[in-house]
Amino acid sequence: MRVAVIQFPGSNADVDMYQAVEDIMGAPVDYVWHSHNDLSAYDIILLPGGFSYGDYLRCGAVARFSPVMEQVIKAAEEGKLILGVCNGFQILTEAGLLPGALLRNASLKFLCKLSELRVVNNSTAFTQDYSQDEVIQIPIAHGEGNYFCDEETLAKLQANNQIVFCYENENPNGSINGIAGIINERGNVLGMMPHPERAVHAWMTSDDGKRMFTSILKTWREKNGVTTNA
Amino acid sequence: MLKATVYVTLRESVLDPQGHAIQGALHSLGFDEVKGVRIGKYLEVNVDTTDKAQAEERVREMCEKLLANTVIEDYRFEILEG
Repeated sequence: MRVAVIQFPGSNADVDMYQAVEDIMGAPVDYVWHSHNDLSAYDIILLPGGFSYGDYLRCGAVARFSPVMEQVIKAAEEGKLILGVCNGFQILTEAGLLPGALLRNASLKFLCKLSELRVVNNSTAFTQDYSQDEVIQIPIAHGEGNYFCDEETLAKLQANNQIVFCYENENPNGSINGIAGIINERGNVLGMMPHPERAVHAWMTSDDGKRMFTSILKTWREKNGVTTNA
Repeated sequence: MLKATVYVTLRESVLDPQGHAIQGALHSLGFDEVKGVRIGKYLEVNVDTTDKAQAEERVREMCEKLLANTVIEDYRFEILEG
């Protein structure tokens, strides 16, 4: 198994993502520059947070047309697991791999704090190590994380069980139905505003993000018939 | 050379927290008649053609592909003599 962390000009959570993969998954991981146009060597593709292309025009709008994104779309079609966090989530919506869009936080404030999330769907490739409806603590750091979609799309997300994480107790950014993370219909592309890669050790205040990475690893092993020794 | 003036605004169905904040600021300055503010983007795109119909088609394509996110935004534009 090989993991790619995509780097765009302006990515800034790329190192956190890389280290989380190294620490928790113990898998070979590479940084892949946005101009790269071949992802065939990778099984899992991670789009980190940051401010790709300075967030010019709209968050993720320019990154979406990077050469590597064509490959990300191809990988999604092949069923590879793709996780977009924060700016990565914004890029996935701009690319049409996930429905909806991320708007400016309702408070207009940039929010950088620990948030409580409810795991609404633990039957995905990315969340199988969580319990259903478990409440976990994962930090957020965004100015535009206010998830929006039209009513028809929301009904579809609900009907297909595509809402994976919702904010618990407090909705920090005004997102529709408190949505913090969604998955595509096929179940191989997940986008979320909170940063699981920044909550993988107890000294980070929370290590609740760890199980996203163990879930991904487990999914890959199950799919590829690899026996685990853990 | 033709110039396209492009306006991109949030859809009516989408809340505009920035516009709301500016409305409040205008009220506090005494502009009580302000009943709504929507904030958008204005772009000037110079296109190297004299064919207005062709420019219109191309600018529409630019809006659909990049300049607006039609999930949340509407756009309109005019083509002017550069």
